[in-house]
Amino acid sequence: MNTVELTSAVPSFSESFREVAQFRDLLYMLTWRDIKVRYKQSVMGFFWAILMPMLIVGAGVLVRFAFSMSSGHGVKMVDISSIALKSLPWAFFVSAIKFGTGSMVKSPNLVTKIYFPREVFPLAAVLASLFDAVIASSVIFVLLFAARVGASLELLWVPVILGLIVLFTAGLTMFLSCANLFFRDVKYLVDVVTTFGIFFTPVFYGAHMLGKWAPLVLLNPIGALLEALNSVVILHRAPSPVWLAYAACWAILGLLAAWRIFDRAETAFAETI
Amino acid sequence: MSDIALEFDGVWKKFKKGEIHDSLRDLVPAFTRGVFSRNHRGELAEREFWALRDVNFEVRRGEALGIIGANGAGKSTILKLLSRIMRPSRGRIRVGGRVSCLIEVGAGFHPDLTGRENVYLSGSILGMKRQEIARKFDEIVEFAGIGDFIDTPVKRYSNGMYARLGFAVAAHVDPDVLLVDEVLSVGDISFQKRCFDKMREKVDSGVAVIFVSHNLQAIMSLCKRCMVMAQGTNVHDGSSEGAVDAYVRASNEIGVADRETNAKFRVAGVEWLEPSGSSSPVIHPGSRCRLMVKFECLDDGPPFCAGFVVRRTRDLLYCYGASTAGLEQPLIECRKGSVMTIVYTFVNNFLRGHYRIDVNLLDRRRAEFLSQADGVANFTVNERVSYDGVVDVNLGVDVLPGDAEPLDASRLVLDPNP
Repeated sequence: MNTVELTSAVPSFSESFREVAQFRDLLYMLTWRDIKVRYKQSVMGFFWAILMPMLIVGAGVLVRFAFSMSSGHGVKMVDISSIALKSLPWAFFVSAIKFGTGSMVKSPNLVTKIYFPREVFPLAAVLASLFDAVIASSVIFVLLFAARVGASLELLWVPVILGLIVLFTAGLTMFLSCANLFFRDVKYLVDVVTTFGIFFTPVFYGAHMLGKWAPLVLLNPIGALLEALNSVVILHRAPSPVWLAYAACWAILGLLAAWRIFDRAETAFAETI
Repeated sequence: MSDIALEFDGVWKKFKKGEIHDSLRDLVPAFTRGVFSRNHRGELAEREFWALRDVNFEVRRGEALGIIGANGAGKSTILKLLSRIMRPSRGRIRVGGRVSCLIEVGAGFHPDLTGRENVYLSGSILGMKRQEIARKFDEIVEFAGIGDFIDTPVKRYSNGMYARLGFAVAAHVDPDVLLVDEVLSVGDISFQKRCFDKMREKVDSGVAVIFVSHNLQAIMSLCKRCMVMAQGTNVHDGSSEGAVDAYVRASNEIGVADRETNAKFRVAGVEWLEPSGSSSPVIHPGSRCRLMVKFECLDDGPPFCAGFVVRRTRDLLYCYGASTAGLEQPLIECRKGSVMTIVYTFVNNFLRGHYRIDVNLLDRRRAEFLSQADGVANFTVNERVSYDGVVDVNLGVDVLPGDAEPLDASRLVLDPNP
């Protein structure tokens, strides 16, 4: 049995990490609850997890088709598989920050009455969205296989890039859920950004199509990561080291910073919510 | 590990009144101050107040500490700090081991999930591991007594089933420190009794229990030790009886000062004629008492009768009530501006405890109080015969040698004056 000392001091990083690790069973249970509840009493059930990214892919293909009709180039199979590939992480990103932002505000009873590390709220939302993405990825996998995308050694980059996407999403979600607790404006902001963000991110189009203006969309870390993913899976080329490093900085430092901000703000959660 | 389960060491906690931020204009400077200054927790800023000031105490393993006090005295804040929902502004709290709360029954239940799923969910929210829940699962369901409904979504449960399942989960957490905040006020009598038995069981097994309640009776029966909170400080810490006494006295002093009288009469003075010399005397059992109350008549009114009520202070139990109408005395009349003196005489047949006297003037015809003065006087009864109760029945007990045949009732002679 260990004695805990409670003071006004903000717990250190290692204390905070250790605590979340101690509560991993709770993280698992909350993730499981989010997954279970999301599709409870719905006829389609888990099929929704597949349908949502498919709708995005469909929209993307339609947009590209319209462009190609006006320019007269025709839509290539590569473009379609590229859209399908990038739609999935984007769908994950959008759903994670959408669910995660409201994760604490939705349960004021837990925040004001029972203690556990609050980090598990946004993290569980991210993991639940990740679960959906894993289900949907099976379909994307089949699709890419059918499109004969092929394989190469560059595919070894995939876990790194996907990992960075998850880390970046987790950091952003932690920050947003904490900010939303203090200012409910955040929720509306997130709604707008998740609706229109797809136009500012290279999902339906490639960054190269913007020519010299490409860095504009790559400054968005998600944009840079999607382009890297596209490069290794579809084009079988190594990702741009500069932009990958840039996005990795965002993902890792962002998560650390968000975690710290979260810990510092945590003391005021119960009094503010 | 020492014997101390938890310790408060000079703990202060401040809160802010009103909205946290009014506008963006206030927010930006406040935010930058908050980020760049580290030493702002110690002082009070505008609209802030101390909810706890320099609270010190410790609780041992297997000890039950009661906390009583008026609303807003800081009782719940202590629990929130202990359960780590809030952090202290100053000072330190040491807690040994797992803290669990019986504050919110059904914490984290999701209406769409079944009872079984919610047991796992709520259990892990309360800090249990999954294997631990699996091990205790049957016991929890058994305790909750919901049987076949365990695989039904809890949104279809009755309120009672919901509360029972929630409590069953909370009761099966094995804490080192248990915090209880007024859970006894929810649920029916059998549920309350079960809560109570469970708490006793925990104390006996070496858990430190902190019990916050307005139910002084419950505090006294569960806790040997009790703390009184007033305006954020612990003003008394000692035996439960002593603490309840101190608390009751303190709230009575306020009560007498604010006594409520109707516009027609004002209480102009109160004095004990017998026993004399004290404003809240200690009265021996069986002795005669006389209380004088002076009323000043502020307005002409209909004739009335005078009522007299005795209540036990710790729970306001109505012990006695009568009026001049019951005594078949004539109605009283009083003219505006005059002063009327009423002397109440009674024999003290009450048992050990604190009592409060309420007097009133009642217009029986219109069923309207002309004056209602609650807590005009207090008295305390001291005796060592009874262990609980209100009324002295002059008990006598004769233990007779046992016979094969049943006792003859005429042989049981009760001595009226032992």
